Amino acid sequence: MVDDVPESTRQTERSDRSPWNWLLLVPLIATLIPPFYNRLQPDLFGIPFFYWYQLAAIAIGVSTTLVVYRITRR
Amino acid sequence: MFDNVNGVELTVFTILFIAVSVLGFVAARWRRADDLEHLDEWGLGGRNFGSWITWFLIGGDLYTAYTFVAVPALVFGAGAIGFFAVPYTIVVYPMLFLVLIRLWSVSHVHGFVTPADFVRARHGSSTLALLIAITGIVATMPYIALQLVGIEAVLKAMGVTGHVPIIVAFAILAAYTYNSGLRAPALIAFVKDALIYVVIIIAVIVIPYKLGGWDAIFGAAEKKFDASPNPGDGVVLAGPAQLQYATLAFGSALALFLYPHSVTAVLASRDRNVIKRNMAALPAYSFVLGLLALLGYMAVKAGVVPIGADPEAGVPGDGNTIVPLLFDQMFPSWFAGVAFAAIGIGALVPAAIMSIAAANLWTRNIYVEYINKNATPKQEAKSSKLASLVVKAGALVAIIALDPEFSIDLQLIGGIIILQTLPAVAIGLYTRWFHRWALIAGWAAGMAVGFWATYQIQQKVFTSPTEFTVKKEHFGGSAFPLEKLGFDTTYTIYAGFLAIVVNLIVCVVATLVFRALKAPEGEDATKTSEYFADQDDPRLRDLPEVVH
Repeated sequence: MVDDVPESTRQTERSDRSPWNWLLLVPLIATLIPPFYNRLQPDLFGIPFFYWYQLAAIAIGVSTTLVVYRITRR
Repeated sequence: MFDNVNGVELTVFTILFIAVSVLGFVAARWRRADDLEHLDEWGLGGRNFGSWITWFLIGGDLYTAYTFVAVPALVFGAGAIGFFAVPYTIVVYPMLFLVLIRLWSVSHVHGFVTPADFVRARHGSSTLALLIAITGIVATMPYIALQLVGIEAVLKAMGVTGHVPIIVAFAILAAYTYNSGLRAPALIAFVKDALIYVVIIIAVIVIPYKLGGWDAIFGAAEKKFDASPNPGDGVVLAGPAQLQYATLAFGSALALFLYPHSVTAVLASRDRNVIKRNMAALPAYSFVLGLLALLGYMAVKAGVVPIGADPEAGVPGDGNTIVPLLFDQMFPSWFAGVAFAAIGIGALVPAAIMSIAAANLWTRNIYVEYINKNATPKQEAKSSKLASLVVKAGALVAIIALDPEFSIDLQLIGGIIILQTLPAVAIGLYTRWFHRWALIAGWAAGMAVGFWATYQIQQKVFTSPTEFTVKKEHFGGSAFPLEKLGFDTTYTIYAGFLAIVVNLIVCVVATLVFRALKAPEGEDATKTSEYFADQDDPRLRDLPEVVH
């Protein structure tokens, strides 16, 4: 149990490391390579793909960041 | 000064403006501290803001009035490239999620108020800290000035001309910032953001409906760009602009949280979880910004002509006026007044935080470091309060006495120069591998390349896809043509990105050289465990052994 560990050791063991942190790269890959989405079709309600895709990518950014926050919370 | 003024708009605008000014003064009593005469209180609101306040504060801080008028103006003028604001504000949060909690922790333990405070302690170099502080102040000043451009665009659209209204608005802002410190913009941010959300949501529902739907809006935009001789504009990115788009979004995101005013808002939060939660929740503003950007196309469809423009003669006019003009055209006067107030108040929040951040840099890294080494907390607070007035007066003079174009150029360079603090501040949070003198060399090289590259960039007005006249010889944008480096290509790259790459290379090479020469390393006042400290961990100044 964490409670058994003396205060001083717990301090030094602290870290922000987690494999889940890699998820934070997903929004970067999704938005920083324009050839992925630099086109008009398919459009959504008359909005070209270029625009609605990037607006939708905001949801990708929010959800990945949220997942990492929830899982790594201590 | 008040010819052709829309009385209803101006009345609504003025009432809301006065209401938030009162709020600004009352803020001094909000979450009241025992003693406002301390930099932690005046400059960081007591370092105790929770998730909601922080969300409004950072949102109000980063998404400025200038952004609200300039991004749609860019989309109106050039199309897809203006949408870079969306990927920019998507990638910034996941990218900095882990970085900012480290900065918060080490600042919490040591009581750092500015990024330069951290650099001083981490790298043991007061010269480097001074350079970081000056870079921060120089990058922030034109940004404050541009907030005035945002207010001015709104006033112009209401028919108000002359400088008196701006001077009055800024005097009021200066007074309540002096009085209440960071608590004033934190409280006003609630009103600003609520107004912005209401206005934008209504705008993106009502305006497309009135204009015949999104099909018609994008159709009009395509027609406009097809007819334009400029090969760089369009509803999607022209091939060579894609690298510029990606590097501009990435470089701007790296720069955003190096700005002193962003750091101020981050350090004002209560604990690490507040920051983490906000990194997930702040993109809500990015969505609003994306919708705002699309107002540029709506203005195309609605046939808005910027103030001062003469389409026949090819004079573009003041593009920043298109959103206010669109609102004026599409909404009843009272609601246009609300929308204008949203933009006007949107200028006050960042202007206040930026002036506080610049003032803190002055106090902590110049005044205490070089002028009054034994300053009491009270003297520090006093120095910052006075400096915040000077900073705002400077911004006002820059807009009134100089060409506003000058501030726009400076802000463009501001983003590039603040990016040059990345190795010392952001990378410094992770490693001390870079030698402190190498960081200075890298900074100098990055600054030089940044200036050189932007100096080379011409602003062109195309008369046909291959012919153009040069409208502005230097500082004509941030898209640096790679052919100037000898590459056989039409691709352009963000000048700041080029500068930070050179900066990093110089940092690495110079570090190896200084190590080989056994140059003195300088002391690190921080410990590894301090980068993970949270709210319940002791602060250094609370520990008995370091109390003087």
